[in-house]
Amino acid sequence: MIQMENVTKTYTLRKQQVIGLDDATLAIPAGDFVSLVGPSGSGKSTLLLMLGGMLTPTAGRVLIDGESLYDLPADGRARFRKQRIGFVFQTFNLVPYLTALENVRVPLYLAGVGGDDQLERATALLNRMGLGQRLDHKPTELSVGQQQRVALARMLANDPAIILADEPTGNLDPETGEQIIRFFEEFNAEGRTIVMVTHDPQAAERAERTLKLREGRVVEDRPGKRMLQVA
Amino acid sequence: MNLRTLVLRELFERKTQMLTCFLAILLGITTVVAIKNVTHYSEKAVAVEMDALGANVLVLPKTVTLQDYYSADMHDEVIPEEYVMRLTMSDIQGVDNLSPKLNVPIELDGRNFAFTGILPKNEFQAKAAWAGAGIFSRPIGCGAIDVASEPEPEDKKSLVRNRVIKDLESHEVLVGADAATVQDIAEGDTLTLLGEEFTVIAVLPETGTVDDSRIFGHLHTVQRLSGKGPVVNCIEIVGCCKEISAGLVEGVNALLPNAKVVTVKQVVATQQNVNRMMERLSLIFLAIIVIVGGASIANYMYANVFERRKEIGTLMALGAESGLVLRIFLAKAALLGIAGGVAGYLLGTVLAVTLGPRLAGVTVLPMPTLALWAIGVSIGITFLASFFPARRAASLDPVAAFQEV
Repeated sequence: MIQMENVTKTYTLRKQQVIGLDDATLAIPAGDFVSLVGPSGSGKSTLLLMLGGMLTPTAGRVLIDGESLYDLPADGRARFRKQRIGFVFQTFNLVPYLTALENVRVPLYLAGVGGDDQLERATALLNRMGLGQRLDHKPTELSVGQQQRVALARMLANDPAIILADEPTGNLDPETGEQIIRFFEEFNAEGRTIVMVTHDPQAAERAERTLKLREGRVVEDRPGKRMLQVA
Repeated sequence: MNLRTLVLRELFERKTQMLTCFLAILLGITTVVAIKNVTHYSEKAVAVEMDALGANVLVLPKTVTLQDYYSADMHDEVIPEEYVMRLTMSDIQGVDNLSPKLNVPIELDGRNFAFTGILPKNEFQAKAAWAGAGIFSRPIGCGAIDVASEPEPEDKKSLVRNRVIKDLESHEVLVGADAATVQDIAEGDTLTLLGEEFTVIAVLPETGTVDDSRIFGHLHTVQRLSGKGPVVNCIEIVGCCKEISAGLVEGVNALLPNAKVVTVKQVVATQQNVNRMMERLSLIFLAIIVIVGGASIANYMYANVFERRKEIGTLMALGAESGLVLRIFLAKAALLGIAGGVAGYLLGTVLAVTLGPRLAGVTVLPMPTLALWAIGVSIGITFLASFFPARRAASLDPVAAFQEV
């Protein structure tokens, strides 16, 4: 269970206070698939970063399974991310000088997994993403869709319970975007909680729940089409 | 995947940056290693010279200045040979081993050599004895001549060690090692020098000095053939102990007011000054490396951190702790330091060994201990210069992973 209790984030920009998130309170049960929508600057990314333990709130608490994330020191939050959270970025954020296989091995190395096990698990994940023939290719030698699939394999490396995705289809063509969303549905079906920031209404509708933000406030909380169809 | 792979892959991804940084370290370490290596052997050579010749004194014409003891006679100025007799017959302690020299340049098969006239010891000893000079008043032992003893057969090659010879006939010569090799001369050969024939009675062992290119003959023969008359270029007084040579200089100065008396200490003073200058120069270079090299590495590291902030943010988002990020940058600094230190030591040693003999006139050998010094200094500088950039990387906000760079 992910909880936000009266979370506010304010920034000071050129001596002016800017509100990133304004008194947000929400609860995301384990296994939920939530899409965060709203115009640019509405606070979607701020909310996602806070859930990932990467942006300290000005006020309020963020709890994951009852543990207050920001009561942990920075390195404690890093360890928490390593064990529990997987990130997916809009621009994939693959390490450019490492091959696909090595990129997937990075979180395994960070988690202290041995060399042989790293190799075995990374290979299996890339095979699952349909990239078994591209293990030794560097990011620049892959298409954007392939790069995002490598990023998905990397995200899955430590088997995270929570997936935080920042516009995962933002840089992809509709067909590849659709492929990525199908993967998300698959991960959700495995029991993982997914929080996905998106500008794409179709991608947002594929979630079980949609939270709409405007000017740092959660202004709408409604079930996605998938849930409506199920209902 | 491990720390080494992460660091090495990144280093080779940015080859130009890596090479620039590596070169900054390499050039600095090379320069200091080369200077330190040459200075060490130069100091050693001076020490050896002082040890071997420290008690010796040179009597030279007033106007002569010299920097190399072994080439003391290689000039055109002369003093009368009669000074040898004056010294022999004086009561100054420690003047019994005298070696007057007259040097004449000669050409053999198109190559230049020095034909050096030396006076065998038996001649002036005998003269002194006949004259009933003050040698009998000297104390027995160091500085005394045993004129009564039976002459023993002498190894002519001992000239290079003792710098004096007991017997030498008018048409006998001793040939230096280089001269013998170049001219293919062996013991028993006959040589024609300045129009007369000479028998080679010995080929001298190599000394590493100008003596290797000399042909030694009898002083009076060289004087006659060169037409210079009874003169010498220098008189070497082979001292037996430093204590006696201290008083010797004053005595000889008083006895020969028209000659210049030079001690070995004075001859090597110039070299000692050069060595001191080199030592100071190496310290200056070390300071330059620390400042310029360190600044260059720090600049490279700061730029590297800035360029990689999205990558660092991503690693942090994946769970990398600040300690690991710090280690990534410090490991990179250590690798550059080790590579720069090893390469700098090798290149500096090669430069010292090849250029040392030409620049400092000494044989320079590799110094393995300098390798540890070079690597230590190199790692120290790279660590020092990289610490603050590495700390900045470790304290980066992982939010950078989400920002467009």
